Amino acid sequence: MSTTTLSPPRAARRWRKPSVLPGFGLTFGFTLGWLSLIVLIPIAAIFLKAAGMGWSHFLEVGFSSRALSAYRLSFGTAAAAGLVNAVFGLLVAWVLVRYVFPGKAIISALVDLPFALPTAVAGIALTALYAPNGWVGQFLDPLGIKVAFTPLGITIALVFIGLPFVVRSVEPVLADLGKDVEEAAATLGATRSQTFLRVIFPAIAPALLTGFAMAFARGVGEYGSVIFISGNMPGKTEIAPLLIVTQLEQYAYEGATAIAVVMMLVSFTILLGINAVQAAGRKRMGA
Amino acid sequence: MIKVQNITKRFGDYAALHGIDLEIEDGEFIALLGPSGSGKTTLLRIIAGLEFQDSGEVFFNGDDVSTKKVADRQVGFVFQQYALFRHMTVAENVAFGLTVKKRRDRPSKAAIKERAEELLRLVQLEGLGQRYPGQLSGGQRQRVALARALAIEPKLLLLDEPFGALDAKVRKDLRRWLRDLHKQMGLTSIFVTHDQEEALELADRVVVMDHGKIEQIGTPEEIYMNPATPFVSHFVGETNRIAGNDGEIHFRPHDVDVVTEGGEAVLVDNVFRKGGWWRVEGVLAEAGLVVEFDVDAGFPQPSPGDTILIRPRRSRLFNPEKD
Amino acid sequence: MKLRATTEGRLTQFALIAIALAFLGFFLLLPLVAVFSEALKQGAGAFIAAIETPDAWAAIKLTLMIAAISVPLNVVFGIAASWAITKFSFPGKSLLITLIDLPFSVSPVVSGLIFVLLFGANGLFGAWLQAHDLKIIFAVPGIVLATVFITFPFVARELIPLMMEQGKDDEEAALSLGANGWQTFWHVTLPNIRWGLLYGVLLCNARAMGEFGAVSVVSGHIRGETNTMPLHVEILYNEYDFVGAFAVASLLACLALVTLVAKSVLEWRFDLHSGASH
Repeated sequence: MSTTTLSPPRAARRWRKPSVLPGFGLTFGFTLGWLSLIVLIPIAAIFLKAAGMGWSHFLEVGFSSRALSAYRLSFGTAAAAGLVNAVFGLLVAWVLVRYVFPGKAIISALVDLPFALPTAVAGIALTALYAPNGWVGQFLDPLGIKVAFTPLGITIALVFIGLPFVVRSVEPVLADLGKDVEEAAATLGATRSQTFLRVIFPAIAPALLTGFAMAFARGVGEYGSVIFISGNMPGKTEIAPLLIVTQLEQYAYEGATAIAVVMMLVSFTILLGINAVQAAGRKRMGA
Repeated sequence: MIKVQNITKRFGDYAALHGIDLEIEDGEFIALLGPSGSGKTTLLRIIAGLEFQDSGEVFFNGDDVSTKKVADRQVGFVFQQYALFRHMTVAENVAFGLTVKKRRDRPSKAAIKERAEELLRLVQLEGLGQRYPGQLSGGQRQRVALARALAIEPKLLLLDEPFGALDAKVRKDLRRWLRDLHKQMGLTSIFVTHDQEEALELADRVVVMDHGKIEQIGTPEEIYMNPATPFVSHFVGETNRIAGNDGEIHFRPHDVDVVTEGGEAVLVDNVFRKGGWWRVEGVLAEAGLVVEFDVDAGFPQPSPGDTILIRPRRSRLFNPEKD
Repeated sequence: MKLRATTEGRLTQFALIAIALAFLGFFLLLPLVAVFSEALKQGAGAFIAAIETPDAWAAIKLTLMIAAISVPLNVVFGIAASWAITKFSFPGKSLLITLIDLPFSVSPVVSGLIFVLLFGANGLFGAWLQAHDLKIIFAVPGIVLATVFITFPFVARELIPLMMEQGKDDEEAALSLGANGWQTFWHVTLPNIRWGLLYGVLLCNARAMGEFGAVSVVSGHIRGETNTMPLHVEILYNEYDFVGAFAVASLLACLALVTLVAKSVLEWRFDLHSGASH
């Protein structure tokens, strides 16, 4: 009899820590396989396609003047909507966490409406509201304010889509932020606004930035809620996702691919940025 | 009989256990005592089959169970936080081990119900079978966890910090109750604790561990009176440590006589009552070391500033080179 | 009047609440009201007539079918992924979690495009599919693929934090009591995660039924065949059949409301935090 008995699970899977729970091979294998099949390989395919285009052709169609103005519009409106949401999302989160008022539970549930409402439904509803003869548009039109079929309309649609991202990232951090640090600030003689600016805001800033970045990333790629209100005029109110669809409908696969790759690279950069912000935040908080 | 032979376990670069040997007789009540990080819980989990050793074997009655799955080892394991199934009633929790048996080994529904009730009677929770774990107190949950572990008629009962999550009063009551239960059932049991009082009060033998090694195995009396290493002497019970010529001298505060001549002079710092004794904290005049000792409360109470002559009645010398 | 060290005065509170409510009312509630009001503009009769068209029915059936296929797929994947990720330790775990989240950061239109590039007539496998008379793009399989891609992270990202928090004690207890792997999963793990799972399923289902961009790219908009409800809304709207468009849209809005209510109930009842879910 040998004196060292290696239990079989360990010998077989050196690269992970052994565990008594069964099913690692099955679940990990399935996870990796399904992930590759549905997500990784299809995404790899688009990069492969772009690589096959050649650098100069990629630049030509990916950064044509029409594409450039679409990027400008998409990124510009998404940034504007993100900023609006950063301000009002913070306010909504603050009110929901700190104050008591009737109907709060319903309001809190309503914040998630943009996650639950299909984007096309939001799109036609917003258009109905802001068209020159719509509920809101009829009051704005005489003032010379045009919303529907202008970048302003796109921004409003993106505010709708992005709001929950900001509220839901700030809310838990704000709730976690103990009353005691504010009380400490108060005992040290800080006024309420000093406390907010120097104690509360720095603590929630990473979450706010995360919320902004997620709303921005979502806004850049958003399609359904925007195309109805945007008017879709090339070079003026044509967002980048719509340009992809237009190119596809004209069988301009390379153009569509190049624009998609540019957008994806931007999205992934934002995603990495969010992760970095969160990691830095965790490190600083010592969690 | 349970035999643990040369068990070694690493977590990454950290050696949790090195070369553990241990033999446990049938019916013994064993305490694994040590500070956190001593490897006591890891050893318990390896015996249970919840963790795998890197090398070495575990034998149950002569059978090498090192490669046996936890489900096949038939050990009762009581988790530190109890790990009760929240969505099941108390009775369902207790019966779980019987209901998951293969059909041909499984008792009838009526027999399972009967057995669960019997076990709940044993742990004095009769009539609470239809409650959910969330509706019980900490002490009651602990007993449910115990009844659940006993349901599979284990060859061996393992308890991980069984009283860790309870408050002081409940802990004391449960301790006494568990000792009686063990006597009544005669089941070989091992429990992990960092509380020396618990280990000394409950166990037939205590295994003192530190840094993944066994420091000493012995009866509570042996551990307390004849600590084998400076660690045991220091970790179990209170000890004064004084550097001597040949090594470190250890003596217990209650092993000190107050003498009128021929002792060491102690300048008294602080005195308070500790049960039937005065506990005196002071400084050895010659060596400048802090010592604590007990004086019978029949004596007049010493005051800070007094000088008292003391002589240890019993002491142990530990030579670092020899150890 | 009570002075408090760490809260605003009543007037400030009132003003902040008023601004927040006005903002939410204007940006969230008003569009919702508009959907129902536009749908019923010409009375209940017109509303019902709009929904009772064969094309609308076909769209409703297709939408339900797409959800019925893609949600279970995501449930199986979500459970498998979170079991592997939360019950075992292995290197590369955080990378795996990031990759699972990847579809969230891809534009819906691009999500559709990648499948067109793979399976479309000019795609990587286009010629092969054509030779074997298989149709994925502009057909139901393409819609399913795009939907599965879009909803890929929903269940997993709900379960991973939940199971991480629950640890392994319960599973170990079950194993030590003699249960095998399936029994442990079925009797212990699944009941522990059931509400979190339901929560993930709710969100996944809402997105699966409501997805527009990705589905729009791969569907081909063939009426009665590859038209889901959101696509049908678009077609009716572009044909200036506003009552029809809003009638179908109001059904989707009802789905959203039901989702929100169920989600809130789960959050209150079982203390599930919503986090920054999508």
